[in-house]
Amino acid sequence: MSLGSDILQGDQRALARALTLVENDPDAAEEIIREVYPHTGGAHVIGLTGAPGVGKSTLVDRLAGYYASAGHSVGVIAVDPSSPFSGGALLGDRVRMDLRGKDVFIRSIATRGHLGGLARATPLAIQLMEAAGRDVILLETVGAGQSEVDVMGHADTTVVVVVPGLGDDVQAFKAGILEIGDIFVVNKADRPGTDQTIRELRQMLHLGPERPWLPPVLSATAADGKGVAEIVEAVEEHRKVMQHDPLQREHRLQEAERALREALSDLLLSRAEAESRQSGSWQALVGEIAARRRDALTAARQLLDA
Amino acid sequence: MTDVRTRPIRVLIGKPGLDGHDRGAKVVARALRDAGMEVIYTGLHQTPDAIVEAALQEDVDVIGLSILSGAHNTLVPKVIALLREQGMEDVRVLVGGIIPDEDADELRQMGVAAVFGPGTETEEIVRFTRSCARRA
Repeated sequence: MSLGSDILQGDQRALARALTLVENDPDAAEEIIREVYPHTGGAHVIGLTGAPGVGKSTLVDRLAGYYASAGHSVGVIAVDPSSPFSGGALLGDRVRMDLRGKDVFIRSIATRGHLGGLARATPLAIQLMEAAGRDVILLETVGAGQSEVDVMGHADTTVVVVVPGLGDDVQAFKAGILEIGDIFVVNKADRPGTDQTIRELRQMLHLGPERPWLPPVLSATAADGKGVAEIVEAVEEHRKVMQHDPLQREHRLQEAERALREALSDLLLSRAEAESRQSGSWQALVGEIAARRRDALTAARQLLDA
Repeated sequence: MTDVRTRPIRVLIGKPGLDGHDRGAKVVARALRDAGMEVIYTGLHQTPDAIVEAALQEDVDVIGLSILSGAHNTLVPKVIALLREQGMEDVRVLVGGIIPDEDADELRQMGVAAVFGPGTETEEIVRFTRSCARRA
């Protein structure tokens, strides 16, 4: 019995252990992922992104509860930023979630310096949850601004959450995250300015390029559970439309290429670093760079050609 | 890439029961974060079941329970028992709050790694957490 086979059998502790390993131990990660990979791909991954404080975690909680009550096996991956100073993290998204008695597995992950709104281990975490039989996975990014758009590559449906009155039209145009949304949710819709925000978003989306899917703009008050059913419906519609979209194959290839590139870069780097640390050339080159006797680009080539 | 031996320690901080004073728990959570640990803060009004389930899913090394309500004699044994049931005895349990000395002794006897009273320096808590955390 291996960790991989335990996960496939639905053992939650095994899943939890494996999630830790894929974050920390590349060799163990490779072994586990190799074993479970044929059993991945079975979940609909819903990414949620948006500025800090818009209510992502509360919305994730309500959505997770809804899907679980409807009989799904739900996974939640909640990402929070690591401190650039200490390397530690306060993973506080779980606070908003009360899903006792429901089939929801929640894992909090720190970014550990990774940019883009998610953690490096995120795609592997998704694969592990799929192998464990989770068929709906909610992926919550860090409180994002305009450039945290990683979620688009890892989610099947991306939900962008805003609150009424957040910034003006021009801001919305510039914001990268508004380009990646498949569904927009104006949360805390009990606040003034909701109708205007919905109108502005709809206008802006109509001005965008022609796509097989025009992102709907929905309203919600996640704290009261309002609007959740409509979001679930929109996710389902999106899923159906995307199944027939020829661009999906292109996206899958792009994602596969990204995954290969990242895995290769990790492997090459760790091999090169380990070997050169052993021989001492790593430390020597680092010293040279810090003393401005050699630039990092030259040093890297030297290491590679050595 | 982090070596498995130097990966960040994962700590769950929760407040079981009805106690609503969370300032201390938050102070400790931040101190542990500043010491490089990944802290899963589960907040107020947690049942022992919810705490242990979260600890399992998050694969934490240490659980910190903050109890200022006096209910430690009922809540802590429940957590310890649930951990045992789940085969999670390697997860260290720390308790902070208002705990009389005799009760603290009893808690330590049943497996709590340390009991921290009010006024404990956060550095001491950080140091202890670091030293007692199980490292898989």
